[in-house]
Amino acid sequence: MILRLIERTAVLLVSLAVSSVLVFGFMAVLPGDPARVALGVNASDEAVAELRRQFGLDRPLPVQYVDWLGGLLRGDLGTSYVSKVAIGPQVFDRLQVTLILVVAGMIIALLLAAPAGTVMAARHRRLSGFALSALSQVGVAVPAFLAGILLIMVFAVKLGWLPANGWTPPAEDPGMFLRQLVLPALSLGLVQGAVLTRYVRSAVLDVLREDYLRTARAKGLRPFPALWRHGLRNAAVPVVTVLGLQLATLLIGAVVVERVFVIPGLGSLLLDGVSNRDLLLVQDVVMVLVVAVLLVNFLVDLLYVALDPRLRTGAR
Amino acid sequence: MRRLNASLIAGGVIVGGIVLMALVSFVWTPYDATLVDPASRLAQPSWEHWFGTDKFGRDVLSQIMVGSRTTLFVGVVAVGVAAVIGVPLGVLAAMVRRWPSELIMRANDLLLAFPALLLAIMFGAVFGASTLTAMVAIGIASVPSFARVIRSGALQVMRTEYVLAARAAGRQPLPIALRHVLPNVTSLITVQASVSFAIAVLAEAALSFLGYGTPPPTPSWGRMLQESQEFLFTAPRLAVFPGVAIAIAVLGFNLLGDGLRDRFDPKLEDRR
Amino acid sequence: MSAVAAPDDVLSVRGLNVTVRDTVLVADVDLTVGPGERVGLIGESGSGKSLTALSILGLLPDDVVADGSIRLAGVGPDLVGTDEKTLSRIRGRDLAMVFQEPMTALNPTMRIGDQIAEVMLIHQTRSGRAAARAAAAELLERVQLPPDLLRAYPHQLSGGQRQRVVLAIALANDPALLICDEPTTALDVTVQALVLDLIVSGVRERSSALLFITHDLAVVATVCDRVLVMYGGRVVESGPITTLFTTPRHRYTQGLLAASNLEPHDAPTASDFADGAYPDSGSGDVAPSSRTRSRRLTTIPGTVPAAGHFPSGCVFRNRCAHATDVCATTPPWTGTATHGYACHHPAGAQDA
Repeated sequence: MILRLIERTAVLLVSLAVSSVLVFGFMAVLPGDPARVALGVNASDEAVAELRRQFGLDRPLPVQYVDWLGGLLRGDLGTSYVSKVAIGPQVFDRLQVTLILVVAGMIIALLLAAPAGTVMAARHRRLSGFALSALSQVGVAVPAFLAGILLIMVFAVKLGWLPANGWTPPAEDPGMFLRQLVLPALSLGLVQGAVLTRYVRSAVLDVLREDYLRTARAKGLRPFPALWRHGLRNAAVPVVTVLGLQLATLLIGAVVVERVFVIPGLGSLLLDGVSNRDLLLVQDVVMVLVVAVLLVNFLVDLLYVALDPRLRTGAR
Repeated sequence: MRRLNASLIAGGVIVGGIVLMALVSFVWTPYDATLVDPASRLAQPSWEHWFGTDKFGRDVLSQIMVGSRTTLFVGVVAVGVAAVIGVPLGVLAAMVRRWPSELIMRANDLLLAFPALLLAIMFGAVFGASTLTAMVAIGIASVPSFARVIRSGALQVMRTEYVLAARAAGRQPLPIALRHVLPNVTSLITVQASVSFAIAVLAEAALSFLGYGTPPPTPSWGRMLQESQEFLFTAPRLAVFPGVAIAIAVLGFNLLGDGLRDRFDPKLEDRR
Repeated sequence: MSAVAAPDDVLSVRGLNVTVRDTVLVADVDLTVGPGERVGLIGESGSGKSLTALSILGLLPDDVVADGSIRLAGVGPDLVGTDEKTLSRIRGRDLAMVFQEPMTALNPTMRIGDQIAEVMLIHQTRSGRAAARAAAAELLERVQLPPDLLRAYPHQLSGGQRQRVVLAIALANDPALLICDEPTTALDVTVQALVLDLIVSGVRERSSALLFITHDLAVVATVCDRVLVMYGGRVVESGPITTLFTTPRHRYTQGLLAASNLEPHDAPTASDFADGAYPDSGSGDVAPSSRTRSRRLTTIPGTVPAAGHFPSGCVFRNRCAHATDVCATTPPWTGTATHGYACHHPAGAQDA
């Protein structure tokens, strides 16, 4: 178990290091000079040179990389070439918003998928199971931003129950915060829920075929308690994998949903950065997103071990 | 007695319909999809304009028809890129010894941390938004899932008697890969291509919606959605038509993938 | 109590049919197990013996349906058609089962001790958690496993150890009837004898009855008092072990016994039907070359047909050297409920 923890941690660290090189390298080799990009084509050569010197862009790339990475490790994401404002505080502000959105979406997805998937599996030969299955298939086909638009059309435009867009920090006005959170969180959650439902269904179906579930029934447990006590944890193992991958998808999906609902999250910061040609900002946000995805994968790996005792001894 | 494969039929019909629509749009659309007609801006659906018109008076049905070309084109190229890189990588990872294989798969896992959308936005930031950057970014982002699926399939083939026999007979790795491994993973490639196609359609729509996909005036379902956003209160149908088109296309490719999987491996029928 | 079953029988199965959609898998099975009696059920795979066991437990797969009558001593209603709630009170308490595959029969994410204690807690046969745990430790000891395995997970145990845990679970509530479905088939030969021994001593100590399912004649001979032979979803012969093994009457039983010995034999062999065709599909005559070979493992000619493809009348007639036209009708049961056979041309009557 300790061995596995060390191994996983090593993989995480190497992955982080490699992806930082990738992100930095990608931005560094791009055609055009970040200072020139930031100032626009009409800027004078002197102004560009001045900016390059100011931000250390005239130094060799490895030096710049080490400088950037050192900053990241200290939590200093540098200063924007365009707005001349420190990037770190902005990113962490926006990250909070996105995380709230993603976590809310994930909770909705789980609340939807766990019961729906289980029912689909338990009734997979009956009409109700088939109907749910077809419904989830349709749900999977609807992208989150489309779900968002449809939700706005129904709940904001037609019914007028909820605000169509906007964001209020929870500390400022909790009521408004919640009202504005519902629709974006639903649009993320419904779609991911549909995807997750299919995995829950397949995991529960697998578990239902297991001999130990028959043993549980032979002990005198009725079908549902048997599934609950003996199946849930076993079915959770494959579902947790998907959950990890989905958190990554959600994080990125939030980028688009933030645009639909005009939410000041990490996604809109990234898109603003791209349209303002603020390359360091883009580089930082991409790195933060990648770190988040890698961290989630790492945590999922640890969760596995907690769920499945077979992984603890190292012998698989 | 063979059970009717409903997914395969439904998926095939939908995908076939979209392909047909794209082909027809080359020779005929009700109107020129890019024709601006200020006289009939935001027209309701009618006999002249079945799906109505947008804010520039362009015919929505024509745009949907031409937009299907964009969708299919992006999907084909993206899946092509993913397959051309992912399949050899997967086969290689299955055939080489332990540590190079481990290295390939770790790199593969790392690439998974860069989802299609993020990669495409990065590409867009650097090279400018275009259909080409979107396609390549989506394609590269789809490589890991291809490589993973193909590797597990190829590993199974490598353990079969006939491959062992071929290796025992001293055949070189490349002939084994071409003659034995590749033909036996074609079904996996087909299934994965269909699934990746659905993901590519979604990604293209999202990118165009954000303004990093197909630039105007080429019609694209994602951009139609984006343009519809300002009329959500006045003309919500402008969002409905491209939205439904996207959902149906994704549904079609997903169903096709499911159906193909059932067909190739009936054991899995109940699972998905 | 039931009017059909004798009051002292632990288990009484009458006219059991098991069907999946339109295919009949088990037909008209009668089966009685007396108190403390150890009854064997033998047959090849596909003979319906496992389905018979699962019907008794009420754990048939989703679309498989049983009808007929299954009665258990001390239990009011007929087990066939009884609701899940009643059945679940019986399972694990009055009726317990040991399955064939020990590697997958235990929950991989639950400790051994919890899995044994659970069966006692479900039926509240011990006063509480602590008592159930203590009882679990004792049960482990009875199946000759150290009590510190209580905290182990299944994957840390060997197949033989796991099967003993499954046995401990089955015996925990002193069931009136224990059903074992090929309990040693998946085990190493070296531990088979131990597990068999533990099963027999386990039921003896509790005066439980045993229904023992196997395809292994040697095993059935060491474990059981009485045996039923199943073929094609029907009971073709039954009787006390010694009588049945020395003087089989049904032609299938005869073939089964012959196949378990390495004796010269001139009946057609399986290889004569290597193409998989059934003899009644036109290949009834046998190539003479195979008869000239001597001293080879005797097998019953042909292969067991797929479920639902057994011939009408006598299910064995397409593989039977003694079959005649009359075998197209279902042979009647000759003898008593516990000792008899269903064959038109029984061995020992007049030789064919």
